[in-house]
Amino acid sequence: MNEVIDLQHLSLFLPNSYYNISIMTWKHFFTSSIGKKFLMAMTGIFLVLFLIVHAGINACIFLNDGGETFNKAAHFMSHNWIMRFLEIGLFAGFILHIIQGLSLTFQNKKARPVNYAFNQPGKNSNWYSRSMAILGTLLLLFLIMHLSHFYVGTKVALYGGDKPHNLYHEMQTIFSVNWIVALYLIGVASLFWHLYHGFQSAFQTLGIHHKRYTPIIMAAGTGYAIIICLLFALMPIAMYLGWIK
Amino acid sequence: MALDAKIPAGEMDKKWTDYKGHVKLVNPANKRKLEVIVVGTGLAGASAAASLGELGYRVKAFCFQDSPRRAHSIAAQGGINAAKNYQNDGDSVFRLFYDTVKGGDYRAREANVHRLAEVSTSIIDQCVAQGVPFAREYGGLLSNRSFGGTQVQRTFYAAGQTGQQLLLGAYSALERQVALGNVKMYARHEMLDIVKIDGVARGIIARDLVSGKLERHFGHAVLLCTGGYGNVFYLSTNAMGSNVTAAWKAHKQGAYFGNPCFTQIHPTCIPVSGDHQSKLTLMSESLRNDGRIWVPKMKNDNRSPKDIPEDERDYYLERRYPAFGNLVPRDVASRAAKERCDEGYGVGTTKMAVYLDYKDAIMRYGRIEAGKSGMVNPSDSVVYGLGKKVVEEKYGNLFEMYAKITGENPYETPMRIYPAVHYTMGGLWVDYELQTTVPGLYALGEANFSDHGANRLGASALMQGLADGYFVIPYTIGNYLADDIRTPSIPTDHPAFVEAEKAVSERIQKLMSIQGKQTVESFHKRLGKIMWDKCGMARSEKGLKQAIEEIRALKKEFWSDVRIPGEIDAFNPELDKAGRVADFIELGELMCIDALDRNESCGGHFREESQTEDGEAKRDDVNYSYVAAWEAKGDGEWALHKEALNFEIVKPTQRSYK
Amino acid sequence: MEHYHMNLTLKVWRQKNSHSEGKLETYQVKNISSEMSFLEMFDVLNEQLITEGKDPIAFDHDCREGICGMCSMYINGQAHGPWKQNTTCQLHMRAFKDGDTIVVEPWRSQAFPIVKDLVVNRSAFDRIIQAGGYISVNTGNAVDANAIPIDKKDADDAFMAAACIGCGACVATCKNGSAMLFVGAKVSQLALLPQGGPERESRVLNMVAQMDKEGFGNCTNTYACEAECPKGISVANIARLNSEYIKAGLSTEEK
Repeated sequence: MNEVIDLQHLSLFLPNSYYNISIMTWKHFFTSSIGKKFLMAMTGIFLVLFLIVHAGINACIFLNDGGETFNKAAHFMSHNWIMRFLEIGLFAGFILHIIQGLSLTFQNKKARPVNYAFNQPGKNSNWYSRSMAILGTLLLLFLIMHLSHFYVGTKVALYGGDKPHNLYHEMQTIFSVNWIVALYLIGVASLFWHLYHGFQSAFQTLGIHHKRYTPIIMAAGTGYAIIICLLFALMPIAMYLGWIK
Repeated sequence: MALDAKIPAGEMDKKWTDYKGHVKLVNPANKRKLEVIVVGTGLAGASAAASLGELGYRVKAFCFQDSPRRAHSIAAQGGINAAKNYQNDGDSVFRLFYDTVKGGDYRAREANVHRLAEVSTSIIDQCVAQGVPFAREYGGLLSNRSFGGTQVQRTFYAAGQTGQQLLLGAYSALERQVALGNVKMYARHEMLDIVKIDGVARGIIARDLVSGKLERHFGHAVLLCTGGYGNVFYLSTNAMGSNVTAAWKAHKQGAYFGNPCFTQIHPTCIPVSGDHQSKLTLMSESLRNDGRIWVPKMKNDNRSPKDIPEDERDYYLERRYPAFGNLVPRDVASRAAKERCDEGYGVGTTKMAVYLDYKDAIMRYGRIEAGKSGMVNPSDSVVYGLGKKVVEEKYGNLFEMYAKITGENPYETPMRIYPAVHYTMGGLWVDYELQTTVPGLYALGEANFSDHGANRLGASALMQGLADGYFVIPYTIGNYLADDIRTPSIPTDHPAFVEAEKAVSERIQKLMSIQGKQTVESFHKRLGKIMWDKCGMARSEKGLKQAIEEIRALKKEFWSDVRIPGEIDAFNPELDKAGRVADFIELGELMCIDALDRNESCGGHFREESQTEDGEAKRDDVNYSYVAAWEAKGDGEWALHKEALNFEIVKPTQRSYK
Repeated sequence: MEHYHMNLTLKVWRQKNSHSEGKLETYQVKNISSEMSFLEMFDVLNEQLITEGKDPIAFDHDCREGICGMCSMYINGQAHGPWKQNTTCQLHMRAFKDGDTIVVEPWRSQAFPIVKDLVVNRSAFDRIIQAGGYISVNTGNAVDANAIPIDKKDADDAFMAAACIGCGACVATCKNGSAMLFVGAKVSQLALLPQGGPERESRVLNMVAQMDKEGFGNCTNTYACEAECPKGISVANIARLNSEYIKAGLSTEEK
């Protein structure tokens, strides 16, 4: 009798399973909440850098030289083998950022199965910081449209076309349609809010929070989001309104 | 049964060392076979459970809150004393010992207090090692402040949240033992009885407050670390859930109750604002360091404090006690406030408050600041602005709390304060080993009576709770359990467990079956009023006798007309509360009986019959230099046992603050 | 301060136990003094319900002075109600006016199942602490308290992080139900102190692992937690948690 009781008592006092997990594998790291966010932040910063290049090259259209410089730059980007190698990385970055973002969103939804009947999130946070997933989804839809407009054509020209692809001309054609211009502007607006929060959020996720540096990061993020998005927005507008020929 | 405090022989400062050197030990293999139940997870309980778990005992810890971290030790603001003498200002173990015995108005046991002073230094070491973020100086070393009018700086603190930080330290040590499997934690569980087998404590009956189910738990020893019983007054600075139930059940199972009438009334609390009031909030005693306390010289003065000119204000503490002024000890300050309000000089809507004014302090600090920055003849408003900044830095969080609760700006209008029940020095009688009169049943922290006599000094409660849990019980319990290693765990189908559970169950059934008209809360309020009026800051034979009658009547009414909604086998906070209030009613009666028996004034206990010509407390060492240990004899009957107090070192003198 | 009385409409979440369905019930309370605390107003309502023979509303509360962390009401769409850096028990009725409707719900989180009405089970927090929220120092092992001087700034920051009362308002507020502020506060406190050094890496790894296991969501840096935290715990602690985790996660060798 006593033996049985003793066993029961023993089971009561067995160490809990969560004690001593100081093993760490890559899988552990990248499947943990912070590991996933780390990946979001890293890919996010990578995409931020990409946008600088993208906006920089596209800004060549503002030289108003009939697209000559722009086409040259675009040609370089699509034919140089280093750039084409980097392109794979870019796609990987996009895909990781998107998939991880979606999976985090679903997980986060699961963390609150029953919603509040009455909630006032506006009292404690900004709408755009809470809307990264929606903004991201809008951006994903935009991206699909954007790729079908410009990327597919370029690739077809690269592998099948016989004459050099005139991307500038293609832009002019596409941006002459008013509803497409409108869609692009919506896309750019989504991008702005996504970057406005995402830029500084990435640094927070990487653990950078400092009384002196954080304000600089915030300012840089704001400046970056404004400049990049202004540039991108001006492209369809300028072409549509015929500011550049 | 004769009371044996088991104080070790020998010199006062050698007793504890000698005791530790000769106490029986339990070997590690045997410790694994011994189970200890710890009820309560405040400073005493959490530190005891963690320390015993570390030693290898199998510990079961219980708390009624949803997590051990919520215990009311968390609310202590000021600090914790320790005889570290880091400030080189002449502190020592002896001085801390001396101050505590004297501060307790010579009603504490010297040997216990000396041990407390001895282990106080280790507590600070332990807490710092656990990561408790005490306040520090720029050099990175620990900061100290003076507290409660002592002449040395021996109080360690973490802003106004010292209790919280110490408790979280003990809680983390406890949770570590839970993770290691040495402690099994039962949160939202309330102990409802002690199980005794052959006269020895062998377990408890606990109720799972979520499911309402009764559970039996065996332990080779049972530790009660369940805090004080200030809530018997309904309004106190205690948490809403703080209760006497565990201690009271132990008392009814044979543990004597020591000095139940010794309660501490804290002078600086935010006054009652109306009938809806559910609890009182303490404002740290440190406020009296700079504030001046006054009432109008005119009775029923309804003017705004700003309109009362200087010469129409009565700074009564400065008037009555020129030597100590606003810094007289807690008991004296509290009584003086009551006296003024009773005479009709009180302020505020309820007229039961006095002013604590910071205007002079703000101006004084302002002038110092102005002087520092070399200003010549600065205007009053500039001085005020500078001074306000200083006061904000020192007391900002307290002022903010006051503003939050009252909606008044304490920088502009004087704060209103009134005394409130804060701490109970009385508790289960324990010997030097912290064992009650029931073998195997221990009481630690505020739940026992031992170290503070009739009045506790500021910053000493945290010290005592942790001393008992970290550094006393790990030694003394071994002395008991060493003889118990051959006792196997007793199965909980033992008749004693069955019977105890049945009794508990029947009492709950009875409570639920009354289905009268009045709520539990209303009974608690009425009990509180009787206690506060007749067994509060001033007590008289006539009042106490009346109170006893009233409490007996209230008890009868409670058991015939209380209304408890809900079910037994479910989450039912009203039922939990009903059980606690029923115990408070019984305790209240004993408190009045004890207060009636003690026809002297000492510390927090003021008998109107025993005062000097000018209205000060008068102690009677000839007749009352004893601990009153009450034995429960049956329903509403008690027998008094006296433990004589012998003062070998600190010779009793009359306290004077004039 | 002028006092006044008010009549209010309360919509309170009622749920019998963790298995049953819950819903908002409407109650009227009359003649509530502006001097009452929010919980005292609930006391009045409960007394009223008991007298009417109805089941009173269950809610967690204990110290009623803003430090124990037990009270936990989501009031009018905000954790602990409209006041900043404030707990439910310290919210006073001055915050409302006659005729107001107040919606009161429990904390909503997968990891905090409802016990009854407004009471939730927050033991997930305890288990996170068990996973590593401590310094392994047995009683009696400590060196002298002043043996290791600590930079005052670090000590102050550790204190600010340690001020967390474990109420769970951060989780309740976060749209993702993330516990990063709670975990970040404890990890920060112990990482800032030299005493926490030896277990620094395993602590953060284990605590985050347990946090994930409990089903809390992921932080997306909306900083709503900081805005609603009754003790004003800074999101700088979340950044510190991130950097501690990333450093430990990328440097610890596999076993």
